[in-house]
Amino acid sequence: MEWLTIQQIVDGLRSKAFSAVEVTQAYLDRIRARNGAIGAYLHVMEDDALASARRVDVALAAGDDVSTLAGVPLAVKDAILVAGHPATASSKILQPYCAAYDATAIAKCKANDAVLLGKTNCDEFAMGSSTENAALGRTANPWDSARVPGGSSGGSAAAVAADTAVAALGSDTGGSIRQPAALCGVVGLKPTYGSVSRHGLIAMASSFDVIGPFARTVADARTLFHAIRGKDRYDATSSEAASSQPQAAYVKDLRIGIPKEYFGSGIDADVVTAVRAAIGVMEGFGCRVEEVSLPLTAYALPVYYVLMPSEVSTNLERFDGIRYGLSAAQRSPHTPMRLYDVYAKMRAEGFGAEVKRRIILGTFALSAGYADQYYKRALAVRNRMREEYRRAFERVDVLVSPTTPTPAWAFGEKMGDPLAMYQSDVLTVSANVVGIPGLSVPCGFVERAAVRGAGTGGGTVRLPVGLQLLARWNNEDALFALGESYEQATGWHQERPSV
Amino acid sequence: MALSTTDVRHLAKLARLDLTNAEVAQFATQLSQVLAYVDQLKEVDVNIATEAIANVSGIEDGMRDDVLHACTSKEHAAILEQFPLREGDQLKTSGVFGG
Repeated sequence: MEWLTIQQIVDGLRSKAFSAVEVTQAYLDRIRARNGAIGAYLHVMEDDALASARRVDVALAAGDDVSTLAGVPLAVKDAILVAGHPATASSKILQPYCAAYDATAIAKCKANDAVLLGKTNCDEFAMGSSTENAALGRTANPWDSARVPGGSSGGSAAAVAADTAVAALGSDTGGSIRQPAALCGVVGLKPTYGSVSRHGLIAMASSFDVIGPFARTVADARTLFHAIRGKDRYDATSSEAASSQPQAAYVKDLRIGIPKEYFGSGIDADVVTAVRAAIGVMEGFGCRVEEVSLPLTAYALPVYYVLMPSEVSTNLERFDGIRYGLSAAQRSPHTPMRLYDVYAKMRAEGFGAEVKRRIILGTFALSAGYADQYYKRALAVRNRMREEYRRAFERVDVLVSPTTPTPAWAFGEKMGDPLAMYQSDVLTVSANVVGIPGLSVPCGFVERAAVRGAGTGGGTVRLPVGLQLLARWNNEDALFALGESYEQATGWHQERPSV
Repeated sequence: MALSTTDVRHLAKLARLDLTNAEVAQFATQLSQVLAYVDQLKEVDVNIATEAIANVSGIEDGMRDDVLHACTSKEHAAILEQFPLREGDQLKTSGVFGG
């Protein structure tokens, strides 16, 4: 029972080829065998997982119909709350925290009888592109243990890539689903902003954050997306998707745009080759392909690094050492502390460097005398960008580009220079700035020399490359249609890392 | 726009974040580099007064009825369980004044 898809599990349960408990046990065994080396999971929910699986088997035996996600073992990014279990966002400041409620997306998974295997590692408070900012644990890329899995949802991507989960939930604020999906050779979807409730997602940047699925096939990503989407009374920015435009009847009717600004000089030549080959496959489907220009693309990352830290600085005010989490006052309950110190000391101790950096940057961008010049200016450019994409999607249905500028890099390589790390999101961040959906699918491999001194035996390694598809608001269907046709035509999803 | 160590200390105070001297110095350098990078936004000719719109969801006047949804006793207990300092059902904290 390995490398299963959601459909295979549902079919197998219906035909009684296996039981839900058998599937869940197989995945728990693989976690036990592989998590030491890969470190995808921070917390395994063994008892609850088996209890859920047993409930599925009981329901099936009673003749109940099989739900969409019945018995499907899922991994959950540790920034998403599962009631009764730790939710740390891989931060020391939340190490003591136990979730008091389910995120809406989790409640929906449970309502569909999914099995939740555990909480996966991520960059602290989702801030990072390599999962190296995780304060708790370290996650390696299943394709090369000396390299990063990407971030911030690196644990969820690695769990799916290593077959220690059938699918997973992550969150994408600047690329944090698509980028690790590309680096780990799996499918990752950033849904349209507002299409999946953020209730129960530990907030990073509230106008950018969205929960989304990882899977090994486009069909599975689609199934999981449909299970978690919808308007939620606990998230005022969520909405039921209205069909944005008449959908193409056939894949060949999709008009494809190649945005020239996404193929700049900073993109690895082998990555470009793989993506150009993928575009050739789409031309073979009969799709009309044309080059388009999105001149404001260069401003996406600057807009993001003004607005996102601003929202972060506000969202992380709630970690005050008073209501939950790490508490200085708790350690010395009989020593009276100034309120200022209750905050300042605990936040100093509990937050990592990148988190502190972004809080300070955001505090600056919102401060009196600078808010107009930085925060409001960035808002205005953001609106211009939205307009630019709206116009582009009048002419094309899907934009195609590489997901990341490079394949996975070695641990430590980018940690010395924050700006260099930020650049790895240059191709993904626009979708968050304007709110459109984006899908990353595997599109081949590149060969690289093994990282020196890594003890992985020298020679070369094969690293996955991701293809990014972007569509207009609420047009995930176009992404799934094109993505699935491409996947079936090329078979990249059948490649496996040796784990 | 460069940030001085004085600027960083001031911002840290606003953010209720104790920073070591080493952190202050490092952040001043790193964040000055980031600010230099984001300064390219000045190249875009925008009218900040009219174009700085914060609404990204497209939802306007999202209203709901003013009805109380109380949490369950289980959720209530779970929340109380997380209080680091507690007296009965009450959260204990340092006073705002005189401390």
